[in-house]
Amino acid sequence: MLLQQLINGIALGSVYALIALGYTMVYGIVTLINFAHGEIFMVGAFAGLYATSVLHLNIFIALVIAMIVCILLGVAIEQIAYRPLRKSTRLSALISAIGVSIFLSTLAQMLFGSNAKGYPEDCFPVSQIHLGSADISTLQVLIIAISALLMVSLHFIVHRTRMGRAMRATSEDYHTAALMGVDVNRIISVTFALGSALAAAGGVLVGVLFNAVSFNMGLMAGLKAFAAAVLGGIGSLPGAMLGGLLLGVTEVAGVAAGFSSYRDAIAFAILVLVLLVKPTGLLGRKIQKKV
Amino acid sequence: MTELLQHLIDHIDPYYLQILVNSGIGIILALGLNIVTGLTGQLSLGHGAFMSIGAFSSALITSKLGLPITLNLVVSGCITAIAAAVIGMPILRLSGDYLAICTLGFAEIIKVIFLNLDITNRALGLTVAPPESFVPLPILVWFVVVFAVVCTTLIHNSRFGRALSAIRCDEIAAEAMGIQVTRYKVQSFALGAFYAGVGGGLYAHFMGYINPSDFGFLKSIDILSMVVLGGMGSISGSIVGATVLSVAPEFLRFMASYRMLVYGGLLVVIMIFRPNGLMGNVRVTELFLRAIGRKPHLNTIDREADRGDS
Repeated sequence: MLLQQLINGIALGSVYALIALGYTMVYGIVTLINFAHGEIFMVGAFAGLYATSVLHLNIFIALVIAMIVCILLGVAIEQIAYRPLRKSTRLSALISAIGVSIFLSTLAQMLFGSNAKGYPEDCFPVSQIHLGSADISTLQVLIIAISALLMVSLHFIVHRTRMGRAMRATSEDYHTAALMGVDVNRIISVTFALGSALAAAGGVLVGVLFNAVSFNMGLMAGLKAFAAAVLGGIGSLPGAMLGGLLLGVTEVAGVAAGFSSYRDAIAFAILVLVLLVKPTGLLGRKIQKKV
Repeated sequence: MTELLQHLIDHIDPYYLQILVNSGIGIILALGLNIVTGLTGQLSLGHGAFMSIGAFSSALITSKLGLPITLNLVVSGCITAIAAAVIGMPILRLSGDYLAICTLGFAEIIKVIFLNLDITNRALGLTVAPPESFVPLPILVWFVVVFAVVCTTLIHNSRFGRALSAIRCDEIAAEAMGIQVTRYKVQSFALGAFYAGVGGGLYAHFMGYINPSDFGFLKSIDILSMVVLGGMGSISGSIVGATVLSVAPEFLRFMASYRMLVYGGLLVVIMIFRPNGLMGNVRVTELFLRAIGRKPHLNTIDREADRGDS
């Protein structure tokens, strides 16, 4: 029973972690809470849905298509709505992000309608694997495997490539990185592209898991993923993964313990409690304020 | 007197009346958030939740105690302010975005609690009885708006207001000057919530029906957009921002389903072209003084400066 809930929690949590990574990467580099990120996740879910149901493609190809669509979208949003505001106050950029978010969810409602849609049943064969006292579905294995693969690739890109070094330098100090010859505009575009690709993957996986894709799915998922990013310490990649998994597991545990009507509050209650004890999140660095 | 005013209200088209009242309530809410976010510089993403506390307590006061509406608003404002102070005391020690996400978290928690309480009728929402009032509600709303604008102006120019804006400019320097930062932050948070409580009470009685889901994250974002769009810390900005954002969706109604699409796009475009808000850098009092000739006109200052150069 406990093992079962743990498996369910990790499957849900790894999707939260995928979305949270996008928040934390963007925040680390431009200190912007990208409120449109939840909507990118939603667009990813729809792109995957159309690739599987209309084009009858394999789920893995659909995943790649969704990621490409969202990369283009994420980079376009950054160019149009955030780049002109980079020198103004952070709140203006925040409102711009909220504007993009409203725009995208309304557009999705107009294009795809208000009803939730499901992925075709045969897009992924689901069967149960017995694992001691618990059952794990092949779908959960798929979700955990894909999330792990994507997170490992992200870790590789950030820590082992030239591009990743430039990203880390930009997040450390934007202006000095620019002086050292880093093309910061390109790095910011790459950051949005990577974050959006992860969100798209999360969208497709959630779509298959819950079998429901709707225009407003981005709001709550985005808020919870943002909470996960802050819980882990915003700006920290391992923090986002840890935060996501922790929120997923506690949420599933809370529902299993009979608090299902408080489901959406559990994540935020954990967040508030952790921040009160550790004000910069679990793995966040303490920033010394300079006078 | 009451009948005369009611007669006056009856002459206004109900649709326009609703827009008028909604922008009035919007102004009250925006002024409150402006004290927290604009003046003190603490980003709050949970103003909608304080509005819901005010709305529900005011609705319950009407149905259980039957107080007259003015007293009712004061009491529900105070309840909201106390709730905000209790929430604010622990979380206002956090800074920046950590504070923002905490306010958001508390807002979601409050919403879910209201959705599960019997006294607030759970997810079905409450029907609010019409209030006992000397003046009709729409006039009362605008009376409160005027009162709120006057109070906010006085607060901005008071010792308290200057302390708050010192905290926004530089927290460490403010602390070094002997300002008790956390205490003032909690006070500004409670004061902002008081406005939200009053606004929520008016909203509840005007709409006649409230549901916890109406005061979710989107409501908080709505109010924040009013403040930022109008111009942070600017009273005239809050008024203009709240009016524009309350009226815009109605004027865009002819576009039917494109309405919210344009609204979202509009937020982006306004921010790109006026990043400090519509009324940012515009000082209404100074413009007014110049217009009535109590201060030299801008052009004359320029001309004098030119003469000085040559």
